[in-house]
Amino acid sequence: MSVIYIMWMREMKRYIRSRAQIVASLGQPILYLVALGFGLGPVFQRAGQGNYVQFVAPGIIGMTILFSSVFSGAGLLWDRQFGFLKETLVAPVPRIQVMLGRTLGAATVAVMQGTLVGIVCFAVGFRPADYRQLPLALLFMLMIASLFAALGTAIGSALQNIQGFQMIMSFLVMPIFFLSGALYPLRDLPKLLAAIVSIDPLAYGVDGLRTALIGLSHFGTMLDAAVLLLGATLVLFIGSRLFSRIQV
Amino acid sequence: MIHVNGLVQRFGELTAVDGISFDVRAGEIFAFLGPNGAGKTTTIKMLTTLLRPTSGKLEIDGLNPATHAHEVRKRFGIVFQDPSLDGDMTAYENMEMHAVFYHVPRRERGERIERLLRIFELWERRNDLVKLFSGGMKRRLEIARGLLHTPKILFLDEPTLGLDPQTRNQLWTHVKNLNQTEGVTVFLTTHYMDEAERVAQRIAIIDHGKIVAQGSPQELKLQTGKDSLEEAFLALTGSAIRDDAASSADQLRQMARLWAGGRR
Repeated sequence: MSVIYIMWMREMKRYIRSRAQIVASLGQPILYLVALGFGLGPVFQRAGQGNYVQFVAPGIIGMTILFSSVFSGAGLLWDRQFGFLKETLVAPVPRIQVMLGRTLGAATVAVMQGTLVGIVCFAVGFRPADYRQLPLALLFMLMIASLFAALGTAIGSALQNIQGFQMIMSFLVMPIFFLSGALYPLRDLPKLLAAIVSIDPLAYGVDGLRTALIGLSHFGTMLDAAVLLLGATLVLFIGSRLFSRIQV
Repeated sequence: MIHVNGLVQRFGELTAVDGISFDVRAGEIFAFLGPNGAGKTTTIKMLTTLLRPTSGKLEIDGLNPATHAHEVRKRFGIVFQDPSLDGDMTAYENMEMHAVFYHVPRRERGERIERLLRIFELWERRNDLVKLFSGGMKRRLEIARGLLHTPKILFLDEPTLGLDPQTRNQLWTHVKNLNQTEGVTVFLTTHYMDEAERVAQRIAIIDHGKIVAQGSPQELKLQTGKDSLEEAFLALTGSAIRDDAASSADQLRQMARLWAGGRR
């Protein structure tokens, strides 16, 4: 237990110490929120879909959590680069605990980032439809963060160096974001796109957030939660296998 | 304590360790010497569960590191050749994490950490982030951390590289002390022959992945008819300067394993 705790604590300390990075990482979501939120707003309104900032805010929160958790999880690659990974690999503790602590830490960081972006959304005019649903939103943030922090750790375990991570960003993380419906409604999509979206776990995460925050549901909350939990378990399992086999 | 028989490690075309055999007895200080790229670090990686051997037999305290990794890890401590500190944490936090990893009892942690940080003159800087440390300070912290718990076997992979004579002296005094009072078996590599001669009871010399000689410092000198261990070493391994073949081995490995998911 103490190993999980100290690895989690390490992520917390790193997060709190990197204030500049916290601010910098808010830049992208704010840009999306403001540029897209207000830029596409009038078109969205004319199409009879209502307020676009209201619609897109849960998507931007989901995006923040996705990027933050994958990045933190893949922090493993930096530990490999700077050598600290070896210290954890030869330690007489179950590697699963090292991996879990790290993943939980990454997930916690992502939820905190998501919350900050939520506050920014509020500042630019976003209002939840029902404040009593906020705990549900937090729960979905946690599930999204766990799934993708585990994915980040799995990727960090499978890759040998930081260079490979660029490829992962372009061919895995960006598609996960753009195909999740974070930026557009899932109703009446072309069949092919709808099919792709339906296998994107973030689509269920964003849908869950949207249900909790603005009362708009596409898949249904139960399905959303089930997919996220199942996905997180699966990725965690694969990740721990990969992590336990790392050689340096 | 350590038993190695016909150990081989290949990275693609390159054979880094080529069928070596040796034994390290319980409670002895054993030096593993060789030029750059001879296969020292690769051997240590296999002994310390970081790398699975291509073939050959390997036992640490009667256990196979490949199949009983966790049990083996409980038995050794290691100071790596290259950095393994967390630069985003303070010196104290690095020590603390290590104490947790190695199950140092909570009530002893503070005292032991303080003692070692004082020995290696890092106590005043304990709350500074390690990434702000100089190279020598990082090295000292690395060693202090490696000595935080008392393992059965202590691996030291070129621990004194880049250290001043004072710190080297501190290190070896401490290591000899651990060896004599706690019976810790020590397996070390170094480029400094005077150190090997000073602390090691037995020495093995590896070159091009093969062991070319082993015995006590005295035996090696007799065997080669030289007066100093340094001369004996040069007589055994030649005086040509080596390229660091380890780096090309690493490159090969990188290419072969970019997507191997930890497998070779």
